Amino acid sequence: MNPDAKTLPYEPVEQDERLGQWSGKNVPRKEDKRLLKGQGAFVDDLWMHRMGYVHFVRSPHAHARIVSIDVSKCEAVPGVYATLTGKEVGELQEPYFQMAPEPGANAKDYCMAVDKARFMGEPVVAVLAESRELARDAAELVEIEYDVLPAVVDGVATVEPDAPIIHEDVGSNVGWHGVYDYGDVDWALESADHVVRIDRLHFHRFSSAPLECSAALVNWDPGTGVCEFQTNNQMPMFAAMFLGPAIGLGIDHMQFVTQDIGGGFGIKITSYTYLTALALLSRKAGRPVKWTEYRWEHLAASAHGNERTFLDIEVPVMSDGTILGFKLRAFDDAGAYMRYEPLGAVIWSQVVPGNYKFKHIHVDYTETFTNKCPVGPNRGYSRLQHLWMIERIVDTVARELGFDPVELRKLNYIQPEDFPYEAPNGCIYDSGDYHAMLDKALELIDYPAVRRRQEEAAGSGKRIGIGIGTTLDSGTNNFGQSRLINPELPFSGNGEAAFCKLDLYGEVTVTLGTTPQGQGHETTAAQVVADILGVTPEMVHVRAGYNKANHTYVGFSGTYASQFAVTGLGAVIGAAEKLRGEMVRVGAAMLGADEDDIELAEGFVRLAGNPEAAIPFIGIAATVFSNVAELPGELADSVSLNCRHVYRPPFAVPNSEDKTGQLTLTYASQVHAAVVEVDEETGAVELLDYAAVDECGRKINPQIVEGQVHGATGHGIGAALYEAFNYDADGQLLNATFMDYHVATSLDIPMLKYDDIERPSPFTPNGAKGMGEGGGAPLSTICSAIQDALPEGAHIVYDTHNNAERVYELMRSASLGAPRGVSVTSK
Amino acid sequence: MADSGAVHTIELTINGEQQTHNVMSRQLLVHFIRDTLGMRGTHIGCDTGNCGACTILVDGRPMKSCMMLAAQADGRTIETIESMGDGPDGLDPLQEAFREHHGLQCGFCTPGVLLNAKTLLAENPNPSTEEIRRALKGNICRCTGYTNIVKSIEAAAAK
Repeated sequence: MNPDAKTLPYEPVEQDERLGQWSGKNVPRKEDKRLLKGQGAFVDDLWMHRMGYVHFVRSPHAHARIVSIDVSKCEAVPGVYATLTGKEVGELQEPYFQMAPEPGANAKDYCMAVDKARFMGEPVVAVLAESRELARDAAELVEIEYDVLPAVVDGVATVEPDAPIIHEDVGSNVGWHGVYDYGDVDWALESADHVVRIDRLHFHRFSSAPLECSAALVNWDPGTGVCEFQTNNQMPMFAAMFLGPAIGLGIDHMQFVTQDIGGGFGIKITSYTYLTALALLSRKAGRPVKWTEYRWEHLAASAHGNERTFLDIEVPVMSDGTILGFKLRAFDDAGAYMRYEPLGAVIWSQVVPGNYKFKHIHVDYTETFTNKCPVGPNRGYSRLQHLWMIERIVDTVARELGFDPVELRKLNYIQPEDFPYEAPNGCIYDSGDYHAMLDKALELIDYPAVRRRQEEAAGSGKRIGIGIGTTLDSGTNNFGQSRLINPELPFSGNGEAAFCKLDLYGEVTVTLGTTPQGQGHETTAAQVVADILGVTPEMVHVRAGYNKANHTYVGFSGTYASQFAVTGLGAVIGAAEKLRGEMVRVGAAMLGADEDDIELAEGFVRLAGNPEAAIPFIGIAATVFSNVAELPGELADSVSLNCRHVYRPPFAVPNSEDKTGQLTLTYASQVHAAVVEVDEETGAVELLDYAAVDECGRKINPQIVEGQVHGATGHGIGAALYEAFNYDADGQLLNATFMDYHVATSLDIPMLKYDDIERPSPFTPNGAKGMGEGGGAPLSTICSAIQDALPEGAHIVYDTHNNAERVYELMRSASLGAPRGVSVTSK
Repeated sequence: MADSGAVHTIELTINGEQQTHNVMSRQLLVHFIRDTLGMRGTHIGCDTGNCGACTILVDGRPMKSCMMLAAQADGRTIETIESMGDGPDGLDPLQEAFREHHGLQCGFCTPGVLLNAKTLLAENPNPSTEEIRRALKGNICRCTGYTNIVKSIEAAAAK
């Protein structure tokens, strides 16, 4: 045992031995038929009697004081029901609870701009009218006078003393600052044979941009006082925590309903600000209100992924290639408000050393405000920035010191025999084998052959590059990590709830606390329940979507952060096992048999070895629900056939003093490999080949897993080459439509090659790991490949986004003899 | 403020049924389909004609219905996703192939993709992988990375 261990030993948990007949198989998805026939129910498909349509008037300025608002001409238009201004919001809403400690906590965040607008697109007035067209037209009659203020858009320069202050109550543009220090990085820098220094790395701003924009149909019922939100928010209980106290709604006076969600990827977590405005507008107008974001609103003013700049990176390296760690400063640009932040300031630390054995790590981390759209969790949230930086370090060390990038990785990877592995901050990596995955990825692209092709391409005007990306998708958060950014926060652990019942006619029905957005929860939940109750997945009805009033939930409920296979299915397993236990007891009593001799199979509760002595599920249900006098009183009093279970991962509260602890339960991993061709004349990058190798523990439905890998890979490829938000110096977003924010098309993403390995997690009830976010592996991989294609003497690849222009500049830098952004000191 | 405009009477065939409607000049065809006809399988994913979630067939050709006014549908024959699928499970072979090969996740882009793919296969029963990828260029999918969509269409072509 490691004498320095902070959290090991960590005990393996018992796994459900009944899983296996249906779990692990490619069962066709239960969701598909309705979606293929256009019969899904997305929020914009919903309609209510008397409802009005909402249009938001938004600030055209990135930073401006609101001098006056006049809605009289707008309200005079026949068919306009009501308006809501930021000034009214200031009276009707308490500022949202802030997770940051002071002074960041002093930022006042409302659902609309109250005194000043802090980003382009921030809502200032809401207009409710009888049609979408009228609301939009009438909104043009709202008169707003602005006093335009200087804007700051750079996430690092914003901390300079002369930068305009965005939140006067905070006093600076720093939302949070903290230092993470593990091992002894100064000793490592002194002791190392080489120190590689990288000036700056920049992880750019983009969004996974789900195809369905945010939307809600909200009705504040004046009779009951209950406010119903039919919405595609993907984490309703988190939304409730913010919006309920802000507008004085108790949890039981908020009803959340969702059926089908057209993608989320985290971006739909922070829509609680819009839900707040809609609730206030519904209450004021006495009507249901419906709002569906336009695409430009989604791109400009929903949420963006975190933009992060790494400065002054120092990397101690031994002569054999062993990398000891790194020291750096990080600036994370939260945009105008911290709406999920500063959680991003700690969540990266789930993967402090990446996939590597680095022991000495020092990160000075600052979360800043700028006059840009607030950030929110975006697929791979906060870890992908850090993992990309680590892969840039590894490739840069290989190139600068002349190591083979494959061998350098294999030397520094956590070794297969080291799992479970404790990272320097006490996080425990449950299982993995990065070496085997790298071999598979290289095999898929036929590595020796493409290396030959690379040589042959010399002088042809096309440069070939081969890249590798190794990343992690850590899943099942310990929310106690929030205390590393604010020790006062009352959060820890994690969990999810599920409900499983046998209904009157013997149907098995399951409800979930989650809000799936295409991940196939109905299907995988049915597979698990089928295994436990001895039926087929077709015989299990998993209710579509989420309905707070008749689904069960806990404070963590929702669909986010790569965890359903662990938390969601953990809850389903528990609920199904409880139901099975009750059915066994009732069956044993009815058959006059010992409980140990009862089995559930083929839809019957029966005596093992005697198929004649069998009761169909309807017989069990009918007895309990409508023939209960037949049962012994004690048994009748103790069964309900309605079983709830909350799955709780075995977390302790992390140590906020030294920032250590088990911050997450599972570590799915990715090794990707890519081959790019760079045009020397234009800098255009073409992806010639792409392979993704994945590991996520025991797979419940391999086809769904592969689909998630494809999707995450598509997002990463899109971000690396095509998708980037561009703000000008005044804070104007220059590309807020799909015309100019180019989301990846079928021609941009090659046919993806896929393979996997399976290393079951010892810490989860089914051996599965959460997955789906994908760790941003393509960003690392494509940057690695572009780096590999650059000529000698070129500047290193320093940005996640590399369009043709940037790649051209990198190539040109080689002939200019300009600084390369990297230096090496050797003993 | 824009004028809500005049009302036009249009006659069109929708999923095989001849209908007559009065529509506002400015009403988009996609809003006519979703709001007036109440057929919600045709989706809206952008405002600029890029995403293809609103793809329908107009006189047998795939069209983005957010790029047409309802008034322009006068005299046309329109097919939406609601017209597709009369196999044993209510799915036609193309839809079956998408289910079998996991060609959809959230399902929001799926109706538009299916109608586009249906046209492709009608015109080119054995498309190459590259032809399929080119044909899908106007349909954005944010979930699948397109690989399984292409495989689904290849499988449907092989049936």
